[in-house]
Amino acid sequence: MNKYMLYLNAKRCIGCHGCEVHCKANKNLPVGPILCEISHEPLKSVKGVPKTEFMFRSCYHCEDPYCVPICPTGAMKKREDGIVYIEQDKCIGCMACAGACPWNIPQVNPSTGKAVKCDYCMDRVDQGLKPACVTKCTTRALKFVALQEI
Amino acid sequence: MKKTVWSMCGMCSVRCPIKVEVEDGEVTWIEGNPHILKGSLCAKGSAGVALHKDHERPQQPLIRSGGRGAGKWEPVSWYTALDYVAEKIEKIKDKYGAKALVMSCRGGPWQDLVKAFCHALGSPNFTNHDSACGRNVHHASKSVYGLGRKGFIYDIANAKHLICFGRNLLASLRVAEANQVMDMLDNGGSLTYVDVRQTLTGIKATRFFQVRPGTDYALALGIINEVIKQEAYDKEFVEKYTIGFDKMAEFVEPYTADWAAKECGIKVKKLKDFVTEIGGQRPKVIFHPGWMLSRYKDSFYASRCLHILNVLMGNIEVEGGQQFPKGPGDCGVKGLRTFSSNVPTPQDKRADGVGWKYKHFDKGPGLFHLFYEAMMTGEPYPIKGLICYRHDPFSCFPDVRTQKEALDNCELLVSIDTHYSEFGWYCDVILPESMYLERETPIATQKGLKPRFIYRDRAVEPKFNTKPSWEIFKMLADRLGFGEMFPFQTAEDIWKWQLEPTGYTIDDFQEKGFVSLTDEPIMYDRDNLEGKFKTESGKIEIINESWEKLGIPSFKPYESPKKPPKGRFRLVFGRSPVHAHSHTINNPFLHELMPENSLWINKRIATRLGISEGDWVDVIGDSQIGTVRAHVTEFIHPEAVYTVHGFGRQVPLQSRAYHAGMSDQKLQEGLLLMMDEAGGGLCLCEKFVTVRRSSRNPRRRVEL
Repeated sequence: MNKYMLYLNAKRCIGCHGCEVHCKANKNLPVGPILCEISHEPLKSVKGVPKTEFMFRSCYHCEDPYCVPICPTGAMKKREDGIVYIEQDKCIGCMACAGACPWNIPQVNPSTGKAVKCDYCMDRVDQGLKPACVTKCTTRALKFVALQEI
Repeated sequence: MKKTVWSMCGMCSVRCPIKVEVEDGEVTWIEGNPHILKGSLCAKGSAGVALHKDHERPQQPLIRSGGRGAGKWEPVSWYTALDYVAEKIEKIKDKYGAKALVMSCRGGPWQDLVKAFCHALGSPNFTNHDSACGRNVHHASKSVYGLGRKGFIYDIANAKHLICFGRNLLASLRVAEANQVMDMLDNGGSLTYVDVRQTLTGIKATRFFQVRPGTDYALALGIINEVIKQEAYDKEFVEKYTIGFDKMAEFVEPYTADWAAKECGIKVKKLKDFVTEIGGQRPKVIFHPGWMLSRYKDSFYASRCLHILNVLMGNIEVEGGQQFPKGPGDCGVKGLRTFSSNVPTPQDKRADGVGWKYKHFDKGPGLFHLFYEAMMTGEPYPIKGLICYRHDPFSCFPDVRTQKEALDNCELLVSIDTHYSEFGWYCDVILPESMYLERETPIATQKGLKPRFIYRDRAVEPKFNTKPSWEIFKMLADRLGFGEMFPFQTAEDIWKWQLEPTGYTIDDFQEKGFVSLTDEPIMYDRDNLEGKFKTESGKIEIINESWEKLGIPSFKPYESPKKPPKGRFRLVFGRSPVHAHSHTINNPFLHELMPENSLWINKRIATRLGISEGDWVDVIGDSQIGTVRAHVTEFIHPEAVYTVHGFGRQVPLQSRAYHAGMSDQKLQEGLLLMMDEAGGGLCLCEKFVTVRRSSRNPRRRVEL
């Protein structure tokens, strides 16, 4: 059972793309891979005001991920709390994971030649901190939510 | 080794307080100061890491070895570069006098050092970029309150209604302010947005007026008329604190809501409903008086009306309104020692005419563009040297060709910057400043309801042979023989010297990165604001008699903006949240997010011109041309086309930004000296451009 979720309060999101850069800077990524993304539909007039809402997307950390079993070296793993992550030492950069993922989430890190994806900044989570995108979200629109069984 | 350093962001001019984590000499994490911003930071803020690593910035002092702008440089040592600059300065001083030198800086909390340096040189000609930015708003504020545009802060979070006339504050993005706006909206507040196009701020609005370009003044007059008609203003406040209300009422008589709605192209009922709404919400109604309003011939008057609307709302010194920013004096603390206090002010007249030819303008930084006039004409006296610190006039002021012609009369051009600016590329000497994570800066005062002293410490050592600005100015001062006016050798010396009168030491800053001067927010007694308005009468001057005597009317009869001829469009420009003008265009992370700008064009017009979304379009000024992709949208007025400012850079060493997108300021030919005489701001939206589908759109392709 997944324990965590990233939730965007679209009312507060101003589409500044801060989260995308907070993530890259924290993961020390070069130009190329972007692990989370803000997007929006074209503007539509609602009661005389052209409107749109922003959407946030990163890895979905599937309950039953396709990327994990397909990984030939066992580098792609799912933790007990649901976080799907890549053990960098084991990854050979074959990108089978990206092919298996319906959303093509894993990307190549050109500076290491290995796959990289959102892992909810688990090193930070394990220290009791929140993922980079949430910690620094400009308008505090992104939330890191712990799910509860009901 | 790990350490935490308190600093202030330098990616844009907001200068958000930040916390920087450093491991083995590399920055690993930057976040907004948790005590002030709760960690929040924008995309630019996090991209500071990429700037630090970037090699495409000046790495040592450079002296030009080819013609100006040819891009041939000789890398030299600091000693050689500074000796060279000092020698040139002395030569100009001997030949033309010190007043022939102009010093410009980007403005902000640290301009004191630059101003003091300019005065120590013996020149009165200290200036900044503001005549291409906020001067109209500043002078409008001075004419109404006798206070500059920073004379009030806005308590947006507690307001019931915020009205923005083109003030796109969610894209211009001051992190604290953006949160205030979102808090206000979360609390059920209203946001009315007025612009010629829809923006990031506008999509959050509860009401949107898409107006004809250049009609802000008409709308503001119409609102004032309707506010008076509906008696939706604070009569008691107006009676007690203002002069000139009746004259204004008489002036706005013909400018009815019906007239304004027609002039602006909006619905009159919507306008009247708006006035009824704010009438019920005042005093917690804030009309943002504008920021970058160097736009139209009457922007000063538009801003002046917005200031007056705030007064009519009675929103001064109330929660959810405009508040006086409190300083150290309000907390019983002595202010920081300033560098200027150590240096006598030169008595010469300013070459830009401010203070004697233009008596109503603020003498502080004067008006930059007027120095070009002095360079070209030699009047009132020749200008022969320009030193720009952290300021790129070629990215900021219009008509770069004319600027270059004027600068060719100068014998010394110096750029002190962390970047290769376009101006720097044309200079004789580039003195590279360490980027903000690599340098300390003097302590700054941040006024507010809870004022504080704040500082920037050095997080990492400079990657290249660069120096912090305080050291550059100190080394130059030593060479020019007035080093004793800057009595410091290290950043610690500066802090100690600044803090001496205050009773604080730099150790007091270690816990949070700043020192708060009060525990509780300070508010003045709203019933007793005498002495707070710095006008001649001591009142809020709806009609400013002393300016009227100088020939500056408090209101001017409205003139409808010219309609662009067929096939031409008014070029308007603005901001994106991921770039800080030209400053960040070459940043690897931000370039990745937005590598070039586009041209917004109205859908109906585009269809007529055969332009589809994503097509290349040529945008033509008089002699200059820019080619970018079109963004076709129904949410821009058909008379206007829009682009993001800052692109179209032509510095070859900035490989990412080189020729990416187009530059609005290069297309603004003929606007360099088109000044609003009342407000001092330039009129940068008074340019019509031709737009056509570019021949670069492929029809056939021939290979080999």
